[in-house]
Amino acid sequence: MSTVLKSAGRGWREITGNRAFMPSLIVAGFVFSFAAAQFELLDPYVQLILMYVGINIILASSLNLINGYMGEFSVGHAGFMAVGAYTASILTVSVFPGGATFLLFPLAVLAGGLVSALVGLVVAVPSFKTRGDYLAIVTLAFNMIIKSLIENLEAVGGPRGFLGMEKLTTLPWVFFWTVLSVWIIRNLVYSNFGRGVLSIREDEIASDLMSVNTRHVKLIAFVVSSFFAGIAGALFAHLLQYINPRMFDILKSTDILIMVYLGGIGSIAGSIIGATIFTVLLEILRPMGLWRMVLMPLLLVILMIFRPRGIMGLREFRWFVPLHDFLAVRLWRRKKEAADASS
Amino acid sequence: MSRTDVLLRVDDLTVSYGNIRALKGISFDVRDGEIVTLIGANGAGKSSALRAVSGLIPFSGRILYGDRDLSRIPPDGIVRLGIAQVPEGRGIFGNLTVFENLRLATWQRKNKAEVAKDFERVFGLFPRLNERKDQMGGTLSGGEQQMLAVGRALMSRGQMMLLDEPSMGLAPVLVRDIFHTLAEINQAGTTILLVEQNAYMALHIASRGCVLETGSIVLSGTGRELLGNPRIKEAYLGG
Repeated sequence: MSTVLKSAGRGWREITGNRAFMPSLIVAGFVFSFAAAQFELLDPYVQLILMYVGINIILASSLNLINGYMGEFSVGHAGFMAVGAYTASILTVSVFPGGATFLLFPLAVLAGGLVSALVGLVVAVPSFKTRGDYLAIVTLAFNMIIKSLIENLEAVGGPRGFLGMEKLTTLPWVFFWTVLSVWIIRNLVYSNFGRGVLSIREDEIASDLMSVNTRHVKLIAFVVSSFFAGIAGALFAHLLQYINPRMFDILKSTDILIMVYLGGIGSIAGSIIGATIFTVLLEILRPMGLWRMVLMPLLLVILMIFRPRGIMGLREFRWFVPLHDFLAVRLWRRKKEAADASS
Repeated sequence: MSRTDVLLRVDDLTVSYGNIRALKGISFDVRDGEIVTLIGANGAGKSSALRAVSGLIPFSGRILYGDRDLSRIPPDGIVRLGIAQVPEGRGIFGNLTVFENLRLATWQRKNKAEVAKDFERVFGLFPRLNERKDQMGGTLSGGEQQMLAVGRALMSRGQMMLLDEPSMGLAPVLVRDIFHTLAEINQAGTTILLVEQNAYMALHIASRGCVLETGSIVLSGTGRELLGNPRIKEAYLGG
């Protein structure tokens, strides 16, 4: 029995270690998501949940960049989501010509991300003069400001909310944006820049003394994180076809925080798992009514006691790590062995 | 630059924390190729002097590196000018591998071939680090962490290296090894400014030393002179 398991394990590692594993998984996923939406292979309700999962994965992995990898504590992620949601919605409803919204949707999503990134830059410049607890307060305040700002903007419906969007967010689109976001964030984390981000979490002063330009790194990480929150907001708005300021309050930010810490800080796989479990569990527990809002936090408390770093905390699946990192290390070893053998 | 050129000149350096003056206008210089050590008891202001040179704390007075004034340059800029650093308490990134720790010191450098050469140099100097390359920095022993801290400073290829108490928390044998390595690094051409409580070891390898007491330099001279000075013997070398 154990030998069977062992060889199965080896087989699995061989499959996941293959260069073509991730690309084929992504292509298969995309084809499936397209087919599922086109030919109704999946129940519309299940499709809806899957889309929420995707959007939440984008939110969680982008927040993880700040809270997990960089070790700062931002609690205003829903504020950036709101910026993206409103920007994209205004574009598709009021700016883009009626017949072309379907084609221009990706542009609207991108614009949502970009405007959100810009706002992120404006928030980051003063925020990162503070650290730790103070940064949390600044981002909290930002979230509140965004919410009240939209509530008082009659042009976008104020507290009544904004509607009129077509249902442009489909399963293939969510799949596309989720894969793109996760891919970009992962590559960023495993780059030289990403190493700088990690070093800030570990010891900011030492990081400065190792020639890392910590001011730039923090700014860029925050802008990238806001960008993806904006993307998620844009997708969210065109899935629900209705948004109001209360959807993007502190509670929404807290939900995202829970996904990050449930899945595990400093792990992209963790964010994917955390977002998925959080979203699906809330749906499964729906029959319990209000009690699910008691059960969910309770589960979180239990998790924090037994696994304080979350499900994946600081770890990553091997097949998630960029291939060139592997290859570089392997190449280096082989060279070293050859040199040792010759000498 | 010839061997006797002044590389680092500290002029009337004053550092205050609120109302407390940690340094009361000290002046010293470090010539190219030297090992200069600042020794003194706890709270004498040794680390403050080093932190001022690193750009970590505001100061008044003047610090010149070559002909560059360091007063308005951020810490990472100072490293880029060629001053490599071994921070107080080593500053190892505990959740990063030894390899990643070393890579971080080359954060701003683009030339990969040169970086690879530096890896070889550091691994040659500290074979132990090569063995533990994929291990997390936090799981290393104290001595290995100190090797990593020194190795990391070497990776940033400074003409000068600043060290803040490399002997802290190490067994005597390891302290001797570290100082031996520092002397080797100096022989290979790196100028060293060393802050130490272990006066005996520091003065032994130093070309010159300054003794700090409550924020002022009370004595300075060559390493040998200071080792032989009866006052130093009594206060710092245990009689």
